[in-house]
Amino acid sequence: MAVIEVSELRKAYGGHTAVDGVDLRVERGEVFGLLGPNGAGKTTTVEILEGHRRRDGGEVRVLGDDPATAGRRWRSRLGIVLQSTTDAPELTVREFVRHVAGYYPAPRDPDAVITQCGLAEKAGAKLRTLSGGQRRRVDVALGIVGNPELLFLDEPTTGFDPEARRQFWTLIRGLAADGTTIVLTSHYLDEVEALAGRLAVLAGGRIVAEGTPQDIGGRAGESTVSWRDSDGVHRVATPDPSALLATLSRPGLTDLRVERRSLEDVYLDLIGEGR
Amino acid sequence: MTTLTAPLPSTLHLGLARGGLELKQFFREREAVIFTFTLPAFILLLLGSIFDEPLDGFPGTDVSQVFAASMIAYGILTTAFQNIGTGITTDREDGTLKRLRGTPVTATAYLIGKIVLVTVTAAAEIALLLGVGVVVFDLRLPTDAGRWVTFGWIFLLSVIACTLFGIAVSTVARSSRSAAAVFNLPVVALQFVSGVFVDIGSLPETMVKIASFFPVKWMGQGFRSVFLPDELAAQEVAGQWEHGRIALVLGAWCVAGLVLALATFRWSDRRPR
Repeated sequence: MAVIEVSELRKAYGGHTAVDGVDLRVERGEVFGLLGPNGAGKTTTVEILEGHRRRDGGEVRVLGDDPATAGRRWRSRLGIVLQSTTDAPELTVREFVRHVAGYYPAPRDPDAVITQCGLAEKAGAKLRTLSGGQRRRVDVALGIVGNPELLFLDEPTTGFDPEARRQFWTLIRGLAADGTTIVLTSHYLDEVEALAGRLAVLAGGRIVAEGTPQDIGGRAGESTVSWRDSDGVHRVATPDPSALLATLSRPGLTDLRVERRSLEDVYLDLIGEGR
Repeated sequence: MTTLTAPLPSTLHLGLARGGLELKQFFREREAVIFTFTLPAFILLLLGSIFDEPLDGFPGTDVSQVFAASMIAYGILTTAFQNIGTGITTDREDGTLKRLRGTPVTATAYLIGKIVLVTVTAAAEIALLLGVGVVVFDLRLPTDAGRWVTFGWIFLLSVIACTLFGIAVSTVARSSRSAAAVFNLPVVALQFVSGVFVDIGSLPETMVKIASFFPVKWMGQGFRSVFLPDELAAQEVAGQWEHGRIALVLGAWCVAGLVLALATFRWSDRRPR
């Protein structure tokens, strides 16, 4: 059974249609990326899946239940990492993570979660003294301490330094390896490429492409071949790089590279189409 | 899987845990504790010192002692109505409510936490006010159990009514910055028209009539009946303590507050984004 099943999801605010017929399916154990520019309907879609917002139309099943009517037991199986919270400034990291662990029937060990999120040294620090990146890691710790089957990560690494991002990726891969299903929304394409097994691109409230990071939007269909020779630097886009390579025997050839189109190029094309 | 069989923590258990956490956070915010929590005691010190003279016609009682008794109503109003109202607005703004909504914590558990917070802070506030009253203004604490029973039910009804209205009004304030202003106006206005800051006998009749619709007048009257000699009842509008009417009015406000709080409480403000 799929962890998330969505068909024909619709949501309008006043006259503005934010989500316009979205279909999604996420299987157990997947890391699923949801990409899209601001205003594409990403946050609305995720908030409907989390049970934070009501839908206007369509069918939604998350962990087998309708989020609009699901109860406490359902919530206990869910982990949500929020964006930009500033709550509990006077509590220490350890106090807050332990307290939130008490909300759940079978939580993870709070101290282990704190260490896992790279906060061991800050466990006794009050939340108001933390940097933006450390604060986000507390949000992640609070999202996973309940030992969720399904975890929603909304822009999780905003404000992280590069090292913290790498540590965070390792953490997410570890959770995925343990069988946690993860829905990730992010502006960072490299993050989605590094973490997600499958992704969908939202634009204008619709899904404009779905696939793996390697083949989405026909990414696998075209490659860029670049090289340097005595005439300078060359870049050629081609669907058949090996045919081109066969012709590339020339003096002074160096820096020869064959690359797929970057996810960024594909993404920008896709959201351009949706507008 | 064990997660499917382990029991969910009960709403009461979660509510008490929330209450402990709320108290910890409240008393750690030093500025709020110093400047908000001690404000009623500070005002009592000022008013009591300015009017530190025997009450006309009641040689055994000072005006400052009347203030000390009435000011308990103000203490409950700030800790219950004002602090809860601004507290919930802040919780809505800083992500507390949104976070809780994504967990198995129920709205009831959240509200139990607030009630624990209010009960403890209101009791501490009253202890502080009575302390100032006894030490500085020779207020005599009652020795017979009957008066403490009266104190008990007036305290409970007052706290419940003020808390429920604080919850209801919290939806009016759109941000924690505006909340302080939104809550201050009714609180200060009601102190004046209800005879907390000013002797109720000297107020214009219309003002007293208006004040009689609101709970503060009855709270002040109730606490005066607990801490002042019985002959002081002659100073009241009706010439008596009117315990039955106090219970009736405060009880009605509790019911109305409950209905309003249930109708208006929401996890988030619903403005779309």
